[in-house]
Amino acid sequence: MLEVTDLTHAYGRGSSRHLAVDGISLKADQGELVSIVGPSGCGKSTVLRCIAGLLHPTRGTITVNGVAVHGTVPDGLAVVFQDYSRSLYPWLSVRDNVALPLRRTQRGRAQRRRDAQQALAVVGLNDTAHRYPWQLSGGMQQRVAIARAIACDPVLLLMDEPFGSVDAQTREDLEDLVLRLRRDRGITILLVTHDIDESVYTGDRVIVLTGAPGRVRADLTVQLPEPRDQITTKELPAFVQLRTEVSRLIRGQPTRAGTSGG
Amino acid sequence: MNQTTAKATRWFGRWLVLAAGILAWQQWAEWRRSAFFPPPSAIGAQMYHLWFSGPVSHLALTSSAIGNILPSLARVAVGLGIAVAVGAPVGIAIGRSAAVSGYLDPLLHFGRSLPAVALVTVFIVLFKLGDQMEVAYIAFGTIWPILVNTIDGARTVDPLQVETARVFRLSAGQRLTKLIVPATMPKFFAGLRISLSLSLVLMVIAELTGSTDGIGYLMNNASNSYEMTEVWAGIVLLGILGYALNAALLGVEHHVLAWHRGARRLTN
Repeated sequence: MLEVTDLTHAYGRGSSRHLAVDGISLKADQGELVSIVGPSGCGKSTVLRCIAGLLHPTRGTITVNGVAVHGTVPDGLAVVFQDYSRSLYPWLSVRDNVALPLRRTQRGRAQRRRDAQQALAVVGLNDTAHRYPWQLSGGMQQRVAIARAIACDPVLLLMDEPFGSVDAQTREDLEDLVLRLRRDRGITILLVTHDIDESVYTGDRVIVLTGAPGRVRADLTVQLPEPRDQITTKELPAFVQLRTEVSRLIRGQPTRAGTSGG
Repeated sequence: MNQTTAKATRWFGRWLVLAAGILAWQQWAEWRRSAFFPPPSAIGAQMYHLWFSGPVSHLALTSSAIGNILPSLARVAVGLGIAVAVGAPVGIAIGRSAAVSGYLDPLLHFGRSLPAVALVTVFIVLFKLGDQMEVAYIAFGTIWPILVNTIDGARTVDPLQVETARVFRLSAGQRLTKLIVPATMPKFFAGLRISLSLSLVLMVIAELTGSTDGIGYLMNNASNSYEMTEVWAGIVLLGILGYALNAALLGVEHHVLAWHRGARRLTN
């Protein structure tokens, strides 16, 4: 589904050249949720922006469903940015924000509005269609951004630290929303985060990056029972063990078991 | 005190200051009895006599009002209209293209620093005396604030908003109408407000130098025949027009930029 091979990206050139990511390879299968976790400055966002076609990689290849991405936004891709307050357009109502990208595929205005309304219902925001994003709380705004992303039925959803600026309770609700979307719609999701618990709780696989420059330190398979639950999943020994392991990997300490490199 | 009373108090206070100012002026003018500084009551009576004592069928406007105030307003409207029609799209085009703005930057700063007052002769030579010259003069003078502010607005569209447009693959038309234009609006309006007050100044200058009608023309005539009350009537009229036009523009802006005020209030 998604295949990244030897991705390398450097910002600037000459003496100010800064290598952000170095030779990253990763794969995501159809319907899989892969979380990428790493310390700040490890180039997580750079990886995501290369996949989104917003950045030209310096070296390496990215393919989505077999089609190479090279500085162009691939088909069926949607992105949820961390900074929802800037990514949503403040001059458009919530519904028009969600309906905006549908213009490409849906001709009729009424149909676009119906689709937007439906996407809003999926994220639990039925009554906010006519309000403006800035009238909503941070968590609700990020739900609008998620609705906008799923409205056009993406096959690949990229999320760049999507819950970094909301409070803990909201964050958990939004994590569960993403898990539900993945389950109901079979969307492949790549979730970048700096939060270790989040990476383990949401992921089918966790890719641990170390930086800088960012390199893949480990690719771990998460074997936790479905559906996951914020309380019971997080008290499982398997969860605790895995989060400890990710934590050690990020800090560059030796791990106890040889589970890395999967 | 609730909000409505607070608002009413503020409103009342504002007009109270104005009324007190006029009253003080009246007292001072009656005491001085100077021919150059007539009392407001005389100015008001003169304004009524000159412009607002016409037939009801003409909304009480006299033929002098119709023949002079309306042409002046029309020149301002057409001149400013041209400045917006040219300045806004050109400003967006320049602001969105780093290459173009690089080439045009020196030219723009040269143009905007020219004092329009010094150019009135150039415009008379180019367009001859008359409406054409006056409109062109107003348009030239008012285009710079609109242009410079629109360029700035278009150039500083939030990069994340632009990336969002790219990621969701908005068409070129959508990017323009749903992103660039709305995002530029706050700066555009800031420029338009400056241009509006400038347009009245330019209108008077253009009309003073050689027009056969208009507010500036009336004031020039009155001043040549030492009709000081009439000159003052013109000054007060210009003040009222400036205030009314600005209030009208603020009304439009309030409506168009409701999102901007809302978003700013909440993030600050």
